Amino acid sequence: MEHLLKIEGLDVSFNEQARALRGIDLIMDTGQIHGLVGESGSGKTVTSTCIIGLLPVPPGRINGGSMIFKGRELLNLSEAQRRSLRGREIAMVFQEPARYLNPALRVGEQITEMLILHQDLEKQQAIAKALEIIDLVGLKGGTKTLRRYPHELSGGMKQRAMIAMAISCNPSLLIADEPTTALDVTLQQQILKLIQDLKQRFDMGILFISHDLAVVHEIADRISVIYAGRIVESTTKKRLFEEPLHPYTRLLLLSIPDAGKRGTRLKAIPGTVPDAEHIPSGCAFHPRCPLAEEICRHQDPETADYGSNGEGHTAACHMIGKKWIDL
Amino acid sequence: MQVLTFALRRFGRLLLTVLLISTIIFFVIRVIPGDPALVIAGIDATQEDIQAIRAQLGTDRPLIVQYLSWLSDIVRFDFGTSMISSQPVTQLILERFPITLSLAVMGIIISILIAVPLGVLSAVKRWSLWDYLGMVFSQIGMAIPSFWLGIMLLLILAVKIKIFPLFGSGSIRHLILPALSLGIARAAVLLRLTRASMIEELSKEYVITARSKGLTERMVKYKHALKNALLPVITVAGIQLGYMLGGAIIIEQVFSLPGLGRLFLFGVYQRDFPLIQGGVVFVAVIFSLINFIVDMFYSVLNPKIRIR
Repeated sequence: MEHLLKIEGLDVSFNEQARALRGIDLIMDTGQIHGLVGESGSGKTVTSTCIIGLLPVPPGRINGGSMIFKGRELLNLSEAQRRSLRGREIAMVFQEPARYLNPALRVGEQITEMLILHQDLEKQQAIAKALEIIDLVGLKGGTKTLRRYPHELSGGMKQRAMIAMAISCNPSLLIADEPTTALDVTLQQQILKLIQDLKQRFDMGILFISHDLAVVHEIADRISVIYAGRIVESTTKKRLFEEPLHPYTRLLLLSIPDAGKRGTRLKAIPGTVPDAEHIPSGCAFHPRCPLAEEICRHQDPETADYGSNGEGHTAACHMIGKKWIDL
Repeated sequence: MQVLTFALRRFGRLLLTVLLISTIIFFVIRVIPGDPALVIAGIDATQEDIQAIRAQLGTDRPLIVQYLSWLSDIVRFDFGTSMISSQPVTQLILERFPITLSLAVMGIIISILIAVPLGVLSAVKRWSLWDYLGMVFSQIGMAIPSFWLGIMLLLILAVKIKIFPLFGSGSIRHLILPALSLGIARAAVLLRLTRASMIEELSKEYVITARSKGLTERMVKYKHALKNALLPVITVAGIQLGYMLGGAIIIEQVFSLPGLGRLFLFGVYQRDFPLIQGGVVFVAVIFSLINFIVDMFYSVLNPKIRIR
């Protein structure tokens, strides 16, 4: 079966020394929400920037790997071809709508300009289509709302406007980069629900990027955990939460606040994500890993598949099956 | 409705500004040395002559009486008559205003025409030859005084190659050289501002969004970024226009243009109180009006302003 997007060994560096991505493997299918989880600085945003084709080169540089989208190698396309995919086939929703929407252009203008560009619609047709779309994402007020400027909308409404823009040309792949992080909890729920509804309706593949495993748990079908520019574990949501393999994933799961366990101290993972210029030797996680042994310091573990029953479950750790302690 | 309250509030502020400025200027010109009666009477005049002239001008009355009578006159738009030429101040100002107005408008247009395209080009092609040329132009433009530039333009384009008239007024051709010398100096400042503003806008997050939508680079830059980048440029261009409408004293002197600047300069030389007062109030009103118009225009471009 052909995947919607298949990334293999994607290797990206900045200014020669900073290794932002060290061989990312990621598979996405239509009709699935794929959660990409990691701490800040782990390479989530660089990954999404590469997929949409906006990696600034220089200072960025793609050293190797491949990204096959609907059977086409994205890395071989010209800039004009990439641009025609952007917004039409691959669209993106950003974290802070207040900063990512143009303050000087009306909401309607920001939606219709895409329709006019990608679908060759006349102004009037584009407005009609935009009205349909804002209705679909739950932006009330019709024509009046289209004539509003972003600052005249509330935070949740802004994010809905951003989503309306992204889905306006029925993309097959939607990248949502921390779309709910800037919103309060009730709004967060509404936006998550909206994203799920839209996935059903448009049959899109959605890459949902977040640092928050709890949010990803609510929405994702599959989850990949990224650490220091590598996917360390990737499987279905159920498997990841029930039988996590990588110590980093296990520690992340322990750090989720649980309303049922009030009074117990949350476990934080000691240390921080290494910056891309100082990736530790061997397994990049070994300085923070409670299981680390001599081999982890010298040799970067290969990614292997530990899946069963047809469910893939890849992880990259030397200690899987050899050593298990309660963390 | 919002627009109306905004406009009313700004109008109230305008009145207050004008009142404050006229009060200050009224007292300041009376405190500084110099007596119009002495100027009119000449060196040989007797003490009685001077007293008589003072009584005629009304400057022998107590300050506060003079102030109140002047204030009650200007609310009826009566700026009095010039002490020297005996003509109504309003008439003197209105006679010269068209020259200053056309000079200022031409100057600001020249300045915008140079500054905005060059500034945008410098920002978009940063560190390129264009950017370098723009920087050199703005350095030179800021460093050389506009009167020197005016004299050079006259020497080259009116004396050596006789394209433009050397002095006089009355036609567009008389205004081109003075407007150029004004405009080039202003353009230097405006160019830097345009460049800085455009560079800042291009680094904003909404530019990433615009690119992620698959828009062409041209749309990203000249539609999304430029519209935001022009906001501060418009404000500053408006303020510059306000300054120029007050009369470009030095440039009018260089080109012997009978504009407001020269009128006010002679008013000050001769301690012509009504003319100075009327002139200052006039300039203050014009300046406030320009600011008001710029703010209105700005609020159309940047709707966030209106709310506050």
